[in-house]
Amino acid sequence: MKLPTFPLKAACLAALAATAMLPVQAMADGVVNIYTYRQPELIQPVLDAFTAETGIDTQVLFLDKGLEERIAAEGQNSPADLIMTVDIARLTAAKEKGITQALDDAIVNGNLPAEYRDPEGHWFGLTKRGRVVYASKDRVTDTALSYADLADPKWKGRICVRSGQHDYNLALFSAMIEHWGAEKAEEWMTGFKANLARKPDGNDRGQASAIYAGECDIALGNTYYVGLMRTNEKEPAEKDWGNAINVIFPTFENGGTHVNISGAALAKHSPNRDNAVKLLEFLSSHEAQQIYAEKNFEYPVEPGLEPSEIVKSFGKLNADTLPLADIAKHRKAASEMVDRVGLNDGPSS
Amino acid sequence: MAGLLGTSEILPQGTPPVVASGAVKRPSHPWLRALALGVCAVVLLPIVSLAYVALSGSGEDWPHLFRNVLPGASATTLYLLAMVAAATAVTGVATAWMVVAYEFPLRRTLAWALVLPLAVPSYLAAYAFGEFFHFTGPVQGALRAVFGFESFRDYWFPDIRTTPGCAFVLSSVLYPYVYLTTRIVFLMQGRNIADVARTLGARPAKVFWRVLLPVARPAILAGVALVMMETINDIGAAEYLGVHTLTFAVYTTWLNRGSLEGGAQIALLMLVLVFLILFAEQWGRRRQRFHTGRATHMKVYPPRVRLSRTAGPLATLGVSLPVLCGFGIPISVFGQYAWRRMDQFWSPGLADAFFNSLMTATFTAALTVVLALFLLNAVRLTRSQGVTATVRLASVGYALPGGILGLGLLFALARFDNTLDSFARDYFGFSTGLLLTGSAAAVVMACSIRFLALAEGAIRSGLEKLPGHLDEAARSLGKTPAESARVVLLPLLKPAIFTASVLVFVDTIKELSATILLRPFGFTTLATYVYENASRGVPQDGAAAAIVIILTALIPVLLLSGALARDREASL
Repeated sequence: MKLPTFPLKAACLAALAATAMLPVQAMADGVVNIYTYRQPELIQPVLDAFTAETGIDTQVLFLDKGLEERIAAEGQNSPADLIMTVDIARLTAAKEKGITQALDDAIVNGNLPAEYRDPEGHWFGLTKRGRVVYASKDRVTDTALSYADLADPKWKGRICVRSGQHDYNLALFSAMIEHWGAEKAEEWMTGFKANLARKPDGNDRGQASAIYAGECDIALGNTYYVGLMRTNEKEPAEKDWGNAINVIFPTFENGGTHVNISGAALAKHSPNRDNAVKLLEFLSSHEAQQIYAEKNFEYPVEPGLEPSEIVKSFGKLNADTLPLADIAKHRKAASEMVDRVGLNDGPSS
Repeated sequence: MAGLLGTSEILPQGTPPVVASGAVKRPSHPWLRALALGVCAVVLLPIVSLAYVALSGSGEDWPHLFRNVLPGASATTLYLLAMVAAATAVTGVATAWMVVAYEFPLRRTLAWALVLPLAVPSYLAAYAFGEFFHFTGPVQGALRAVFGFESFRDYWFPDIRTTPGCAFVLSSVLYPYVYLTTRIVFLMQGRNIADVARTLGARPAKVFWRVLLPVARPAILAGVALVMMETINDIGAAEYLGVHTLTFAVYTTWLNRGSLEGGAQIALLMLVLVFLILFAEQWGRRRQRFHTGRATHMKVYPPRVRLSRTAGPLATLGVSLPVLCGFGIPISVFGQYAWRRMDQFWSPGLADAFFNSLMTATFTAALTVVLALFLLNAVRLTRSQGVTATVRLASVGYALPGGILGLGLLFALARFDNTLDSFARDYFGFSTGLLLTGSAAAVVMACSIRFLALAEGAIRSGLEKLPGHLDEAARSLGKTPAESARVVLLPLLKPAIFTASVLVFVDTIKELSATILLRPFGFTTLATYVYENASRGVPQDGAAAAIVIILTALIPVLLLSGALARDREASL
């Protein structure tokens, strides 16, 4: 009798798949396993420098959602050593979910100012970025603005912004809730919504391109995108967008501009803890801080270290002094406020 | 879970129960039944673990959701679904009818080219359309140049970043599902029935409305149901275009308000919508039976109606429009970016991503087709209502957002791994670690579960065309059920199996959300490669990978299209 070829082949394939696809056990010595919300492209230069200096390899797993859930589900068998992410609320969420561990390391604590790390040592800010105003060079003469000004009817039909539910906006709105109280923040958001030129969409670069196109005159955006656009050799159009705008540092009543951080946390069940600590020490070091500043146009957290030339040309960033953890705790309230005000519906409704 | 299973009662049964009469006693296949239910249980794992998460929630999100989110999100979702369903039905049916019934310039080329948009992931299409129709894009640029406009305030141009705009994008890449299912019916039977009607004196328009559309109704509905499920689970295109659907609400509830429970609750409620769609599809098929009969054995096909010199080119233009939108725009936008980055095509990272995508898609296609064949044959043999309903239920994973389905599977796999690990530690003193969590096998599993509905759909429609007594004849000649399935059914189902494999393969190549969540270290697929760049705000840097995704998906799509053109008995 002829063998049942198709099912047999299928079974062989399945068996092959099962054996070939088991996870590589990443517990060998000399490795750090990184679970990251930051794109590999952005952290690779620093990681390469770390490997060159220490001989310790890095393995990177980039996720867009559910990083915290994955580590929590993996439990004590999780291969994760270090968690890297942008946005303060995600760092505090990781701590609250119980997937991080405290670290009291003299080198790290010496490198990073106290305001950019968790008092209990669960997370560490590595770079910062301002949430600022992109203003049309042609159509905006103002050189200074407060966040409160953005709700002034004089800007009616002139403002662009990305989705109100995006991390960067939620953190800014949270800072407003902390500064002004929920009621005043909601009043502000209603006025801000009425000033929008169009429904929020796209990313921060998209807002710069909308200013370039004349759809709006000012927009909210992060500082480093301006550097990235102005130096984009591959897409000359983006240089036009970047050069069509000025950066204005908006301020709260205390004179500070809202900043957010990218940071790292030590995973609770880190199998390569010593190496992970070494990496954290390196990430906070002068060398790594300089790479971040030059390649990504971010502000280093190291006190006294200058940002890149382009970023310096924006003027001086005077960071808001609110403790970051106080901002992060309003995230849910900010998200609900965006829905309640209908910010994402745009100006029409 | 009780509620979820309860709704299965509304699922119509594929096979009518047979009342055993007198001497005829059907074997009940208890082992087969148990195995089929076991497979379904594994397939349903993600939904079960999501239900567990949903039930552990307090419901504290609902006052906010009811007041501020769900009314708008539901309206947007329904509006989007209605528009996409209507647009894909009209486009799919019209183009299928044109290429089957009429002769016009480039008809043969267009007949296969119409399938091409299937190779384009919706998130890439959304970006490409956004750029193409943007102020700085070629369309508005040309308008300004022609009419001398200066600023965007000088003229009106429809905004792609709206619900209708999103419907346009999704319809442009999803209509091939309707085109594929409908064209086969027109090819196989429509023509012959139509000819009978014509000889009886009916005019062509009347033939189309009165004879062909009713005959094709089940096929059209099957295609539209797939389109609607893809529309419901879409997050990439909707999010990029600023369209706030229920799926968007699932993600904001989970990620921005820290309530995975609330997100899971919305996701499970969305499944109700899916049951309604499946129910409507089944209802649309009522009293419909495919009779391949003698018709397909006719070797001489009546000639196509040749269109006039003016109507012909017009038909060419009209039929090529969907291809130009769904395939032309994405390939031109990403082609341009890739052109400036030719070096990327030789980067080891891209080769690695290509290899991973290829392996994942191949294994997924093989596994999914085997599962679908097994489950559908189990339905045939056991004739058990329970098995039939469970198999139908098992395919609803297709409509869940990939990230949510992936999360459900992640929880289930991690629990399995950790339970096994602590068992091994306790009794044997060694650790098994994480076996499945964070493995490529988990990615294959997730994609198989997600796309089981596609494989089942294709194979079911193949099975429906076979007379039920074929394998019974083999049984009566002494073959076992497995043997008769292999000897009789498999060869006859070859075209359906091929179609199923291609659909699953292509969708796996495009799959992003579940893959990115479940993959191991360093496991980059083409889709995750593109996404890494897009999420930094530079999708241009992922252009080479985007082109490779489209080309990789293109090859099987073309094979499928060619096979359909050659083999008039092909299924789907």
